Amino acid sequence: MIDKIIPSVEAALADVRDGSTILVGGFGGAGVPEELIDALIAQGARDLTIVNNNAGNGEVGVAALLKAGRVRKIVCSYPRTADSYVFDALYRARKIELDLVPQGTLSERMRAAGAGIGAFYTPTGYGTDLAKGKETRMIDGKGHVLESPIRGDVALVKAERGDRWGNLVYRKSARNFGPTMASAASCTIAQVYETVELGALDPECIVTPGIFVTRVVKVPRRAHRAPTGGVTRGISSQAAA
Amino acid sequence: MSYTQLTRDEIARRIAQDIPEGAYVNLGIGMPTLVANHLPKDREIFLHSENGILGMGPAPAPGSEDPDLINAGKEPVTLLTGGAYFHHTDSFAMMRGRHLDIAVLGAFQVSVSGDLANWHTGGNAIPAVGGAMDLAVGAKSVWVMMEHLARSGESKIVERCTYPLTGIGVVKRIYTDLAVIDVTPRGLVASRLVPGLACDELQRLSGVPLSASAARAAA
Repeated sequence: MIDKIIPSVEAALADVRDGSTILVGGFGGAGVPEELIDALIAQGARDLTIVNNNAGNGEVGVAALLKAGRVRKIVCSYPRTADSYVFDALYRARKIELDLVPQGTLSERMRAAGAGIGAFYTPTGYGTDLAKGKETRMIDGKGHVLESPIRGDVALVKAERGDRWGNLVYRKSARNFGPTMASAASCTIAQVYETVELGALDPECIVTPGIFVTRVVKVPRRAHRAPTGGVTRGISSQAAA
Repeated sequence: MSYTQLTRDEIARRIAQDIPEGAYVNLGIGMPTLVANHLPKDREIFLHSENGILGMGPAPAPGSEDPDLINAGKEPVTLLTGGAYFHHTDSFAMMRGRHLDIAVLGAFQVSVSGDLANWHTGGNAIPAVGGAMDLAVGAKSVWVMMEHLARSGESKIVERCTYPLTGIGVVKRIYTDLAVIDVTPRGLVASRLVPGLACDELQRLSGVPLSASAARAAA
């Protein structure tokens, strides 16, 4: 019997190695796999390359990982926010490397890794500082930049529900990078609020099929993340469908 | 003759009035988000958010914010009936694949040939680009919403951008607090100047060649 459901976040992350490239889902506060990141901090892996849209907010999630000194390099599109002070200080002290990538290129580079594409030409960034040193080509009269895949050793994603085969569904805009990152890593670990029996997820509506998922771990819903009444109704009706 | 600059809300209202029924539109972070407050109630317009929303609705009532439902600026939003969620790669395919009709973006500078600089002020600032470059090359029409002059009094419409570029030759139209300026193969064409502002005065403030639109000249 195949059962990808792992009993704890600690067990799910036990084999993460120093020097790994880790894809971390989330956009702003939505879809951040906070419990997995906390467990990664406790696990102790260092010298990490983190791929995330942002570079952490406040002192939780990716910011906490940065603060713990575990990250050598961050690959992201938007590191600077009102409360990205942990990253800002490390960056200014030259204690972290920043690889800034346009958001759609970031996502597409991971898609390419997951889809077995060797490289691709995109018009995004052509003629800008972010394309410096990259191969370019005119296609249909428009400048394009050659971009390479970003593959993760590990992906940490947050989904709403999963089953023992690793099928996942997400919730609202918390989906963001999750499905693409899940496809782009050697080991994809998904945290979910609910694990369900096989067949409980509507096969027409599964967003990430289990082939992209290595481990599923259930985490408790945090009080401050508790959905509102309207949201709970939304989830119930989806479950009933 | 004296004139009064438009407020940000007045610029936003102008832009909103120019968005046709059925358009798929992305409103950039910052000033352009104001446009959402002025969309005509009798038109169905699809707002796209880069983090995976089509049919984005207004801010929720206080107390019913949902941390899983935010816009590109990370503020709580709602979903209209009929709206959809999707993942990031699909969201940016909508931009790059030229499915979006209009992107309204803020800017530090726009050049006479439509080059856009809106992501980085250079120097010591920590760079952050987000989806700006993807929107700049992807949307069928890129409209810029900005104040005509920087706080220093310098024109933000320039012969050549001095700030790092976001995209080359991408801007179609500029809405400022003084006028609407179309970027055309024949150069910049100004229309809808605020009352009391003559075209030669706008030209002097801008420091780049501008012509009045034929419609205005005839008026």
